[in-house]
Amino acid sequence: MTTPVSTSAHTSPTKQVLRQALNHRGVMFGAFVVLAIIFIAIFAPMLAPHDPYEQILSRKLIPPVWFDSPKTTWDHILGTDHLGRDYLSRLIYGARISLMIGFSAMLISGVIGTTLGVCAGYFGGRIDNVINFVITTRLSMPVVLVALAVVSLMGSSLTVVIWVLGLLIWDRFAVVMRSATQQVRGLDFVASAEALGSTTPRILFVEVLPNILNHFIVIATLEMAHAILLEAALSFLGLGVQPPDPSWGLMISEAKGLMFFDGWLIAIPGTALFLLILAINLLGDGIRDVTAPENRN
Amino acid sequence: MADPVLSIRNLTVGLPVKLDRKNAVTGISFDVRPREILCVVGESGSGKSITSLATMGLLSPGLKVTSGSIDFDGRDVLKLSNKERNAMRGDQMAMIFQEPMTALNPAYTVGAQIEEVFRIHRTLSAADRRAEVMRLLEEVRLPEPKRLYDAFPHQLSGGQRQRIMIAMALALDPKLLIADEPTTALDVTTQAQILVLLKQLNERHDAGIMFITHDFGVVAEIADRVVVMRHGEIVEQGTAEEVLNNPQHPYTRALIDAVPRPMTEDTTPEANENPVVIDVQGLNKTFTTSTGMFKPARTVTAVNNVSFQVKRGETLGIVGESGSGKTTLVRCLMRLIEPDNGAINISGVDFAAKSRSELRSHRKDIQIVFQDPYGSLNPRRTIGSQLIQGAINFGIPRKEAWDRVYKLLDIVRMPHDSVNRFPSQFSGGQRQRLCIARALVVQPKVLIADEAVSALDVSIQREVLHLLNDIRDRLGLTVIFITHDLRVAAQICNEVLVMQYGSVVERGGVSQIFNAPSHDYTKALLSAQPGQNWDMPVFDEGDTLAKI
Repeated sequence: MTTPVSTSAHTSPTKQVLRQALNHRGVMFGAFVVLAIIFIAIFAPMLAPHDPYEQILSRKLIPPVWFDSPKTTWDHILGTDHLGRDYLSRLIYGARISLMIGFSAMLISGVIGTTLGVCAGYFGGRIDNVINFVITTRLSMPVVLVALAVVSLMGSSLTVVIWVLGLLIWDRFAVVMRSATQQVRGLDFVASAEALGSTTPRILFVEVLPNILNHFIVIATLEMAHAILLEAALSFLGLGVQPPDPSWGLMISEAKGLMFFDGWLIAIPGTALFLLILAINLLGDGIRDVTAPENRN
Repeated sequence: MADPVLSIRNLTVGLPVKLDRKNAVTGISFDVRPREILCVVGESGSGKSITSLATMGLLSPGLKVTSGSIDFDGRDVLKLSNKERNAMRGDQMAMIFQEPMTALNPAYTVGAQIEEVFRIHRTLSAADRRAEVMRLLEEVRLPEPKRLYDAFPHQLSGGQRQRIMIAMALALDPKLLIADEPTTALDVTTQAQILVLLKQLNERHDAGIMFITHDFGVVAEIADRVVVMRHGEIVEQGTAEEVLNNPQHPYTRALIDAVPRPMTEDTTPEANENPVVIDVQGLNKTFTTSTGMFKPARTVTAVNNVSFQVKRGETLGIVGESGSGKTTLVRCLMRLIEPDNGAINISGVDFAAKSRSELRSHRKDIQIVFQDPYGSLNPRRTIGSQLIQGAINFGIPRKEAWDRVYKLLDIVRMPHDSVNRFPSQFSGGQRQRLCIARALVVQPKVLIADEAVSALDVSIQREVLHLLNDIRDRLGLTVIFITHDLRVAAQICNEVLVMQYGSVVERGGVSQIFNAPSHDYTKALLSAQPGQNWDMPVFDEGDTLAKI
């Protein structure tokens, strides 16, 4: 009994989705926080009050301004770490690293996973079997352990971390894109495009991909959050971003010795991490609600 | 006359705001009496399903009854609490749904599911419950009740599942049985059996049956009284005799007029001297499904040694029930599926022998229109870009391609500004016209219509059929028309192939198939057509549906 209702004569599905997104609280909150953090990351040199690498040992471990301590100063709003570096500046520069890793790793894994998934779903048969085997192999590898092993063998740097994560977390893309492609492939407009003489790449890019894009966006947000968390974990274990680069995970790691005396050293980067992940996940959930309400679970 | 079991008075169900009409159902009133079958007839969107769901108290959350009353057995259903309503549903009031494939829970045996009705509403011992289930399975004429008791739904056919649904509905001898298009998803021979069963049950039980359908043939077969609905309002109600043979409202007359007529006059097709366009010889297709690593693979013969020829300008109908292999056959013709062997000669090109890349340049000769108007257009592309695609693929200059698109939009009677819109802004019938235009843009020699009108309302069905005939004559096309409905085939085809289990069992001219069928299966198909004893009145108001 659900007859499609035309809101106006020439609204494209994309525009309708945008309009719904503007009315969705999760999307708006998530998008606002993510955009704010992206803004901070891009303009870090202008926003950071101090050099994040500058160590002033005479000014170490100043608590944030809201603490009741004679050492607090508005010069260091969030205080300083155990080497006297300004914590706010390090947090701001840390956003760059988190976003960079999240985005790049998501992009790499997205390309790998989507290619595999779409090929498996569209061509089926033997190709599907082979790709399924690759996916199962990947799923049986523990991500963190493999990442640790590879990073410790190759030596850790930002680039290595990005590539290792990107090459590891494409599994969800592949699985979801595969089943989404299978669904679209069975629809008559694909058969009709084939009958009208469209080439296979054309069918894939024009008929199939636009119809599975919403799944891609949802998985992309989830995997971005996943990559950011994995980077934080790797850095915490000392195998991710190397000091003195400011990464949120590394900041937590460097503060772990002082956890019981200066808890805020961990709470501040932890909160930043939490906010970013929450916002990305809300954004992803919201996009799913808006683009494909029937997939809600 | 007995007091009605159900009496609906001035029922209005409001729709959420921003929809094209304010109410799903507006001020309708009718009664259902014991031992009577009341048919509620209407096209899609007429509000007939909403009426039945409101009666059961199963309306989806967005819909609210805004006024009126539904009196069932002396109580207003709308005023009952959820608990009272639950006690009533299944016990005094039961429902049969359209889709028997999904209406049963695949995780439980059918015996357990029928028993559940007793478990909820009665206190019976396990042995008594089992005995009751056996009695019901026998009553709905299911073979081997003992074996079926332990069967899972996937092991049963659609007709058997629908019998199970009927058994569940009848379990507690309800006063009212609501059947929402219970035979629409079934094959015509199965439908005939279910209708007979319902009629027999109706004589033995006291229940009043509210039977919702869109098919006037079915109405003629079983109805005692008829309610005709349109846009959420009742346009006409009366006894079956009155409504079917002497309808008063112009909408009812137009609807009855749009029902495909059975073939009566004996027309021998004039000899066609045109060249043969399609020549199929010994086509076979077998599907192999692996059932697991350690079990032998199962093979299903979908197309078994099929041969036929079609001359230019003819329409060949391929008729068969679900699973007869008709869709596989045409998909093989187009090489959307790879046939196992056989020759497919389409205007001099052997489609079966060409490699896929060699085939691409010949694909334009044969085009297809599918059944589902919602799945056959890409929802993310504008109509224009989808229509022009085929022409562009075959290297036609853009300007000429657009000329063709606009000319075809005229032919299928769609406005030119359709090209800027998206598929979601069109109705099913409009989409089907756009699909026809898309297929014709490459100027094919053969057009295949795979159940192209089955998903459409009768009035729209008729328009699309006229359109297809018109296009065939104007453009000199050859058409292969696939349908499960012999009545539809009779309207459009010159010749008919009847298929069963992948083989062609009979082939002949339309009048020969209808008036002198030779194969038993064809005879069975013909005798299963609903509404055969109904002598349809002719009003010749063909175009009135469009006007009112």
